[in-house]
Amino acid sequence: MRRNRRSAVVGFAYLAPALVFVLVFTAYPLGQMAWMSLHNWSLITPPRFVGLDNYERAFKDTQFWVSFRFTLWYTALITPVLIIGGYLLALLTSQNSLLRKVTRTVVFIPVVIGLGVSSLLWYWLFSTDFGLVNRVLLDLGWISKPVLWLGVDADVSNAAIIASVVWKVIGFGMILFVGAIQAIPTDITEAAQVDGASYRQRVTRVILPLTMRTVLLVTLVSVIGSLLAFDQFYIMTAGQPQNETATSVFYVYLNSFPYLKLGYGAALSMILAAFILVFTVFQLLLTRRSHA
Amino acid sequence: MSAVRTGTGRSRYLVGAICIIICTVMLLPLLMSVLASLKPTVEAAASPPTYLPHRFSFDSYERLWTYQQGLPAYLANSFGTALLAIGLTLLLTVPAAYALARFPIPGKEVIFVVLLLALIIPYQALLTPMFLMFAKMGLTNSLLGLAILHTAIQLPFSLYILRNSFNAVPPELEEAAIVDGATSFQALRWIFIPSTVPAIVTVALFSFIMSWNEFLGALVLMSRSSKFTLPLILATSRTETSLGGTDWGMLQAGITISIIPCVLVYLLLQRYYVSGLMSGAVK
Repeated sequence: MRRNRRSAVVGFAYLAPALVFVLVFTAYPLGQMAWMSLHNWSLITPPRFVGLDNYERAFKDTQFWVSFRFTLWYTALITPVLIIGGYLLALLTSQNSLLRKVTRTVVFIPVVIGLGVSSLLWYWLFSTDFGLVNRVLLDLGWISKPVLWLGVDADVSNAAIIASVVWKVIGFGMILFVGAIQAIPTDITEAAQVDGASYRQRVTRVILPLTMRTVLLVTLVSVIGSLLAFDQFYIMTAGQPQNETATSVFYVYLNSFPYLKLGYGAALSMILAAFILVFTVFQLLLTRRSHA
Repeated sequence: MSAVRTGTGRSRYLVGAICIIICTVMLLPLLMSVLASLKPTVEAAASPPTYLPHRFSFDSYERLWTYQQGLPAYLANSFGTALLAIGLTLLLTVPAAYALARFPIPGKEVIFVVLLLALIIPYQALLTPMFLMFAKMGLTNSLLGLAILHTAIQLPFSLYILRNSFNAVPPELEEAAIVDGATSFQALRWIFIPSTVPAIVTVALFSFIMSWNEFLGALVLMSRSSKFTLPLILATSRTETSLGGTDWGMLQAGITISIIPCVLVYLLLQRYYVSGLMSGAVK
C-alpha cells in the first residue's frame, strides 16, 4: 500500500487544531473547575484556599437539597410521559402513509425550535390575564376565575412547565422510536401476524422487545436532559415561589453569576457533573454493546 | 402495508382522526403565536385575550424593529454567532476527522476519546470556569466568545459524524489520486470533502440550530444588551418595555421571527436532520 507514505506528522498536523481547542476550551476549564471548587473565589477578592469547605457547605445547604429534589421530581414526572407518549406516537406513525408522515413531521417541528423561545411562547399561553389557556378554560366553563399557573404554586407551575416541555420535545423520542421500529425486518412482524398474533400481541411480544435498546437509550438521553433543565424554569417561573422551582442548574447559575460565588458554584457544578456522569456512563456502555 | 391489509375500514378512519387531532394540538400554539403577533397594538394588550386578530397589523413588528438596539442588531448577533460556530466547527472537525480516518497516528484511539471529552461533562457544569477564563481573554460580550462555547458544545457530535463518514469513503478513490501525485490536502479537498457532503451538511445544520437556540451560555457570557442574541433580548424584553408591563404583541413577533429559520431549515433539510439524529443521539 502506498498509503503508509502518509506520515504520522502530517496526520497530527490535521488533528492538532481540534486537539488544542478541546484541551483549551474543555479540558482546561474542567481542571479549573476542580481547582476553583477548593477555593473561596469571587471576582472582587483574591481566591482563598478553603479545602473541601464548599462541598461541606453544599451538603448543609437547604436550598441545594430543595433544588436537587425538585430536579429529580421534575425528571421523574416528565420522563414516563415523554417515553410512553413518544412510543405511542411512533407506533401510530411508523408506517409510511402520507398522513402518518405529515404527522411525524408536524410532531417534530417543536423539537427544532429553541427551548428558550418555546418557553416564552408558553409563558404567554399560561399568563394569568393575557394567556389563551385561561381564556379557553373560562369559555368552556371548566374554571370560574383565571388560574395563576406560573410562579405562585410549585406543583401547578411544574405541571404547566411539563406540559410545555412535552409539547416541545416529545417528537425527539418519537422520531428515534420510528427509526427503530422501521428497522425491524418485515418478515418477523409478518410471521407473527400469520401465526395469528393480534396487534397488541405483536406490539408487546415482538416490536417492543426488539426496540428495547432504543427505548433505554432515549430514556437515558431524556433523563440527562431533564436533570440539566434550566431555560424553561428561568423563563417561566424564575425559580418562584421562593426558589421552590429552581432546578440544580438554576442554583449553580444563581451562585456563580448573580451572586458571584464562583468557588461555591464550581463545587455545585462538580457535584452535578458527577451525578450526571453515572447516567452518561450507562448510555455509553449501552452504545458500545450495540457496536460489538 | 400489512397493517393496511388487516386494518378494517373503521380503524383506518380512527387512525386518521387521531393523526389530525395530534397535528392540530402540535400546531395550534405556534399558529396562535403567529396570529397574536399580527394583532394591532391595543388588541395585543387586551385582557382577556382575543382568539383571532380583528384586523391584521404589523404594529408589533414595527415596535420590535426599533426595540432598544433594534431587531437588525439582534438578528445580526444571532446569525453572526451561528455562522462563526458553523465555520469554527467545520474548520476543526473536518481535518481532524480526516486524520482520524486515514493517518497512522500513534495513540489515535486515546486522542479520539480526549476529543470526545465534552460528551461526558455537561457544558452547563463547565460554565463557571469558562466564564472566568473568557473574562480574562476578553471573550465575554463577544460573538466569537459565544461561538467558541457553541463549538465546544457541538464538537464531539460533529467529529463523530464526520469520522464515520470519512471512514466510509472507499480507499480506491483516494489511491487513484495519490498515484497521480496528489498531496494529502488535495485528496481532502477533491476526494473526501465532495464525497462527505451529506455529513458536512448535517454537522452545519445541527451547529446552526444549536447556536441559534442556545440560551444559558449566551445569558452567562453576554452582559451588555447590545450583544444579546435573539432569545436573550426576548426574555429580557418581558420586563423592560416602554408600556410598563410585558409587550405581548412584540414578544409574539419576536417568537415568530426566531422560529422561522429553524422550521425552514428543518423542512428543507429534514432528511439530514433525521439521519443525523439517528446516528448521533443514539449510537
